[in-house]
Amino acid sequence: MANAILVRGGRLVDPASGTDRTADILVRDGRIEAVGAGLAAGEAEVVEADGAVVSPGFVDLHVHLREPGREDEETIASGSAAAARGGFTAICAMPNTEPACDSAAVAEKVAASGRFLGLTRVVPAGALTHAREGTQLAAIGEMARSVARVRLFTDDGRGVQDTRLLRRAMEYLTGFGGICAEHCDDEALSEGGQMHEGEVSSRLGLRGMPAEAEDLALARDIALARLTGCRFHALHVSTAGSVALVRAAKAEGLAVTAEVTPHHLTLTHEELASFDPVFKVNPPLRSLADVAACRAGLADGTLDAIATDHAPHAAHEKEAEFEAAPPGLIGMETALGVVLALVRDGVLSLPALVERLSTGPARVLGLEGQGGPIVAGAPAHLVVFDPEARWVVDPSRFASRSRNCPWAGQELTGKVLATIFEGRLVVSNGELLEGVGATW
Amino acid sequence: MKHLLSIQDLSAGQINTVLKTADSFREVGTRTIKKVPTLRGRTVCNLFFEPSTRTRISFELAAKRLSADVVNFTGDAKSSLSKGESFKDTAQTLQAMGIDAIVVRHASAGAPQRLSGWVEASVINAGDGAHEHPTQALLDLYSIREHFPSFDGLRVGIVGDIVHSRVARSNARALRTMGAEVVLIAPPTFLPPAVDTWGVSVSYDLEAVLPSLDVVYLLRVQRERQNEQLVPSLREYATFWGLDLRRVNRMRPEAVIMHPGPMNRGVEIAAEVADLDRAIITDQVTNGVAVRMSLLYLMLGGLNSDRDRAREAPARRATDPAQLAFEQAMAEVEPALG
Ligand SMILES: [Zn+2]
Ligand SMILES: [Zn+2]
Repeated sequence: MANAILVRGGRLVDPASGTDRTADILVRDGRIEAVGAGLAAGEAEVVEADGAVVSPGFVDLHVHLREPGREDEETIASGSAAAARGGFTAICAMPNTEPACDSAAVAEKVAASGRFLGLTRVVPAGALTHAREGTQLAAIGEMARSVARVRLFTDDGRGVQDTRLLRRAMEYLTGFGGICAEHCDDEALSEGGQMHEGEVSSRLGLRGMPAEAEDLALARDIALARLTGCRFHALHVSTAGSVALVRAAKAEGLAVTAEVTPHHLTLTHEELASFDPVFKVNPPLRSLADVAACRAGLADGTLDAIATDHAPHAAHEKEAEFEAAPPGLIGMETALGVVLALVRDGVLSLPALVERLSTGPARVLGLEGQGGPIVAGAPAHLVVFDPEARWVVDPSRFASRSRNCPWAGQELTGKVLATIFEGRLVVSNGELLEGVGATW
Repeated sequence: MKHLLSIQDLSAGQINTVLKTADSFREVGTRTIKKVPTLRGRTVCNLFFEPSTRTRISFELAAKRLSADVVNFTGDAKSSLSKGESFKDTAQTLQAMGIDAIVVRHASAGAPQRLSGWVEASVINAGDGAHEHPTQALLDLYSIREHFPSFDGLRVGIVGDIVHSRVARSNARALRTMGAEVVLIAPPTFLPPAVDTWGVSVSYDLEAVLPSLDVVYLLRVQRERQNEQLVPSLREYATFWGLDLRRVNRMRPEAVIMHPGPMNRGVEIAAEVADLDRAIITDQVTNGVAVRMSLLYLMLGGLNSDRDRAREAPARRATDPAQLAFEQAMAEVEPALG
């Protein structure tokens, strides 16, 4: 593989430098060497980007890689490959593995595996509490000071229910510059819920999770962030109430950030009428009004990032009765195609969308070199995508080990053509390059 | 119609067809030999993941009176829910055995719908979680129709734990489809979320509504719901929403009392009320068999197989008056079938 790449003739959209123009990008030895018109290829491998968009590699703040523990569903290798195919050059791996990522040992293993594979940067998130049990603090300092340099801490999959313990966690985290991230859910209100509580749950006879269970937990968490001064990140915001709370917290000047998933931006609880567990997620698909609020929140910058909450599950587990199926869907390989609909719907501009996919999430996590800017001397993490390419989603061709994708069989518009990670081409013509990463 | 997963699958015309056809089958149940050859050679499986003796027996009798072969499969709801793959495995096993129809009862809402995607057989929902119980709604409509000339303008009060009740969901929909007016009567904790989208009216006050009702439909109050603190106590529930003799006296003279069974005497219904003539609870049970016969007959291509049989063996057809009666009924209603 050549150690130089010329990305030629693309529309360069770089939110970090406020750039939106046609330009060539020359990459050499892991870094961007030059950005400009008519750059000479020399011995560099050429990626033709005419008619395509070139932007900083996407950053996914929220993925589940299942390793260690459920390697039948996903591994760091297969998840990294899925990320690369989705245009992500960094992903944050949630700690709900078996064992949970609540120690330096697990965090370092996850980070090292990602580094060894070299397909995308894998940033481990640490658990807030020991074994994610919500009863005692995890080894937060040990993880933060480990080689993995864990900065985001969460019990995702669940929220910390004990308010006093969460306060302690936030206070402790501030000493290590950590970010407290929460799956906002007041379980006293949502317990046993299978879907969003509302008109559809009422009709289907499925127990609902009221939007207020998310709102209340988030309101509590924001209050604690105010009390402790801890940086707080709201995972997968899904309700109109949550968007309003984050907006108010930001207006107040609190260090609060938030993310939203592609599915909460595009699907509603009406999908559940099919009783198909592929639509079963947590937080659940909400009402049209919630979707509209999430879209508005993304557009005005209240929500900083689009994160997939990529949650792989084995086929047999999803091929069950609705109530028996685990929640979650996979999303890294479809994210771009799904959220480009927001640009077509006039919700936000293409540069703004790119910002929420790359620069915004990189800033939330403080990831140096990710999310742009695309300037000479910067690390080369790039994605090239065709926003007009139509393709039919075929999960059997995914790099992910799991197939729980609600867009299966649907046509999406917008496809990743190439991904450059650390100056190396890892995805070309939409496919993972042979010989990159490890064999698995 | 291939499957019956929800009462919404049926139009008013189709519901009328089922009820009309059930008239002929009701007569079969009064004969000494309660059996017709309509579904000979067909196999019906009662797949019950949740115990319900009365519904299973009703379906079993219905299938047997039509001469179908019946197999019963009783699954363990708990093990099914804990390792979900067994549900699909069971479906595929039944598929491989060439079952023609599966009557499924399951604690999980939507299970019949999932099943229908995995098998060739017709799937009949015999109750899924708190979602639906369409055949109960059909037999209830049949029972109401025996007492009132028309559903139009009829006012039906459904009383009790609506939020957890598949019977309430199916009945409210079926009654509205047929033109009746539905009032849900319960404490607010027993009412479903977004109940304003149901197209029904709501009251918390049974006593106030009683004089306006033609049908008082009482739901079973699940004792295990006590843990959820939906009402302070069963005694308090009985005090405000139970039907006792004093309240019966506030009812219209022609109004009837219904209950899907099994009853909690002394909770939703006083023992002496259950025994009144206007309590048509045992009629509901009797009609259940006829209505389920009607459904199986219509769904299992009884129509076509009768035609085939008529071609093959006209002699037998001529000697079976019940068979003639069905065919007459079918000739009348066939255009309404979807
Ligand atoms: Zn979560
Ligand atoms: Zn998650």
